[in-house]
Amino acid sequence: MNNLAERLRGAARWETGLALVVIAVLIAGSSASPHFLTGGNLFNVGLSNGEIAIMTLPLTLIVISGEIDLSVASILGMASALLGVLWKDGWPMPAVFITVAIVGLAAGAVNGLLVTRLGLPSLAVTIGTLALYRGIATILLGPNTVASFPTAYTNLGVNGVPGTGGDVTYSTLIFVVLAVIFGVVLHATTAGRSIYAMGASAEAAQFAGIRVKRIKTVLYMVSGLVCSLAGVLYTFRLNTAVQNNGLGLELDVVAIVLLAGVSIFGGKGTVIGVVLAVLAFAGIQNALFLTNFNQEASGIVTGALLLASVFVPNAARWLRYLPQKIRPRKISPQEIGPQET
Amino acid sequence: MNLRRASWLALAIPITVALAACSSSSSSSSSSSAPASSAPASSAPASSSAPASSAPASSLKTGLNVYVVPKQLGQSYFTTADSQNSGGAIAAISSLGSTGTETSGTAATPAAQIPAIQAAIAKGANALVVSATDPTALCPTLQSAMKKGIAVVTYDSDAPTCRSLFINQASTAQIGTSEVDILAKELNGTGQIAIVSAAASATNQNAWIGYMKQELKKYPKMSLVATVYGNDDATVSTQVTQGLLQQYPNLKGIISPTTVGIAAAAAVLDTAKYRGKVMLTGLGTPDSMKKFVSDGTVKAFELWNPADLGYLAGYAAIELASGKITGAQGQSFTAGKLGSYTIGADNTVLLGPPYVFDASNINKFNF
Repeated sequence: MNNLAERLRGAARWETGLALVVIAVLIAGSSASPHFLTGGNLFNVGLSNGEIAIMTLPLTLIVISGEIDLSVASILGMASALLGVLWKDGWPMPAVFITVAIVGLAAGAVNGLLVTRLGLPSLAVTIGTLALYRGIATILLGPNTVASFPTAYTNLGVNGVPGTGGDVTYSTLIFVVLAVIFGVVLHATTAGRSIYAMGASAEAAQFAGIRVKRIKTVLYMVSGLVCSLAGVLYTFRLNTAVQNNGLGLELDVVAIVLLAGVSIFGGKGTVIGVVLAVLAFAGIQNALFLTNFNQEASGIVTGALLLASVFVPNAARWLRYLPQKIRPRKISPQEIGPQET
Repeated sequence: MNLRRASWLALAIPITVALAACSSSSSSSSSSSAPASSAPASSAPASSSAPASSAPASSLKTGLNVYVVPKQLGQSYFTTADSQNSGGAIAAISSLGSTGTETSGTAATPAAQIPAIQAAIAKGANALVVSATDPTALCPTLQSAMKKGIAVVTYDSDAPTCRSLFINQASTAQIGTSEVDILAKELNGTGQIAIVSAAASATNQNAWIGYMKQELKKYPKMSLVATVYGNDDATVSTQVTQGLLQQYPNLKGIISPTTVGIAAAAAVLDTAKYRGKVMLTGLGTPDSMKKFVSDGTVKAFELWNPADLGYLAGYAAIELASGKITGAQGQSFTAGKLGSYTIGADNTVLLGPPYVFDASNINKFNF
C-alpha cells in the first residue's frame, strides 16, 4: 500500500509537468492565433480528436496492466465498416448498434484470450489483429463507401451538445464521462489496484490471489467495446463508412498514452495524466494548423514531444547520477588484488 | 526532485517558443502573398473590395484570402497544381491581387483534411479550393463554410453536394474510356488486365474505373481480373502490383489511373521478365515516367497539366468570391492565360481533353 501511495506521488509530479505543458500550449496558442481560444475552435478540436481521446482510456488501463493493444484503430475501422454494411442492408439502427457493440466486445475478447490463455505476447497478438480486423473491414465493404446515414445521427459531426452553446461535441462529452468512469475504476476500486499490481509484477499479483488473466481479458473486451463506439462516432461524424476509416490512428493513441506518463512496462500511470496528454496533443496540433505552420513538419513536433516524454524522466535520473559517473573512480587495492593473484 | 522539475521546464519552453515563433512569422513554405503592385495583403481581407482599376480583370475583388486544400501535402502532383512557381492555383490567385495559402493534412484521408479546412475557415478564408478526399465526409465542414459566405471550389476530386463549382481535369468518361482504348491497342484487344487504383474510397478513381468497365465491353477478349488499391503510397502500390503479377501469371496489361500507382507499377515491370510482356498505362506525370517510356516499359500514358488545373481553380475561386459568377450552368469567365471557360452541367468546368504522352513528346514536359 505504502509502495502504491509512493508510486501515485511520483505520478503526480509527472502530471504537474504535463499541466505546465498544457498551460504553455494554451498561452502560446492563444497568443499565436486569435481563433485558438474560441468556442468554435473548441468544437473543431473536439471533433477531430474525440475518437482518439476516447480510445486512449481503455488503452491506458491495458498498458498499466503490463500489456498493449495496437488493434484499437482497426477495431474502429471494423466497427465503421460493419455499421455501413448493416445500415445499407436495411437493418434498424438499434440492431446495428447492438451488433457493432457485440463485435467490438468479441474483437477485444479474441485479443484478451490470445494474450492471457495462450500466453502470447500482446505486442505480437495485437499487431496481428491490427492487420486482421482491418482485413475484415476491407472484406465487409470492399471499395464501397456508405454515406446514406440518417441526418439525425450524422448531425453529431455538425452540432454540439445542446446546452453548451454548441461548442462541445458529443465525442468530447462521451470522453469526459468515460474519463470519470475509468478514473474511478482505476484509482478508487480493488479492480484498479489489481491492475497496478499486475502491471508491477504479474507473477506477484497472481500469487496474491488476483485473477490476472480474467481482468486482462475484461480490459481487452472493454477496449474492443469502446473502440467500436469510437468507430460509430467516427462514421457518423464523417457520414462515411469506408474500409480505411481510422487507418493509422493507433499511433496517435499510443503516443498520447505514453505522453501521459503511463509506463510502457506497466504499473504506472493515471487517468488525469491521460486527460492532460490529450489536451496537450490536441492543443499543439490545432495551434500548428491555426498558425500556418508547415503541416508537413507537424509530425516533427509531435514526434519530438513523444521522445521528450520518454527522455525527460530518464534525463532527470541520469542527471542525478551524472556527477558519480564523471568523477574518476578511486580503485581500491582490494579490487585489483584478486585479478593479479 | 528539482532536477526533474527543471527538465520539465526544459520541455515546456521550446514548445512555447516554437508556437510563439509561428505567430510572428505566420507563414508557411507554400503561402505566397500578393504582388506589391496590387492591394496590400495585410489589409482587412473580408472588407477590402476596392477594385484595382489598372488590372485587366477590373471587377474582381483583391486582397482575398484563399486557402488551397489538396488531398494531402507533399505530393508532387498537388505541389505542381497549387504552387506559385509552377503556375498553379496560388499563382493565379496572387496574379489577381489576393493571397493564396496551401494547407492540408499529411495523409490523404478526410480525418486528416477536415482539421485543415476548419482552421482555414477559422482564419477567415474568403474562398476554399479543395480536392476532396471523400465525396461526402467533407460536406458538413464545407457546408458550414458556404453558410458563412465562403466560396467553395473543388478541383481534381469532387464533393458534388457541397461546393459551388467543380473544376474537372478531364471528363470522367474520356479518361476511363481512353485508357482502356490505349491498352486495347497495345494488346490487340486480347488478354487479362488489372487495375492498380489509389484509395478504395477515392471519388475520381472509382468514377474512372466505372467507365473503364463499360468500355471493356467493346473488347470481349479482354477481361478485368482484379482491381487492387495502392492508397497512393509508393510502397503499398509496389506490393499490390507484385501481388497481381504473382496471382495472375497470364496478366497482359495494367491500368493505373493514379500518378503514384503508375510509377510504382512501372518500376515493378521494369525488369527483363516483364518489360514488353505486361503493358502499362494510366495517369502519370511526365517526370516520373520518362525513364520507363525511354526504356520501353511504358508506351503511352495520359494526364492533364495539373498546374493548369490549379490555375483554373484559383481563377474560378476569385471569380466566385467576387460574386462575378455563382457557379450556375451557362455562365462563363476568362481564366487568364487559359482563355474562356463556360460552366457546364452539374456546376462543372471542364479543363480539356486528356493529353497522351509517349516517346515522341514526353521530353517536352517538365512536371
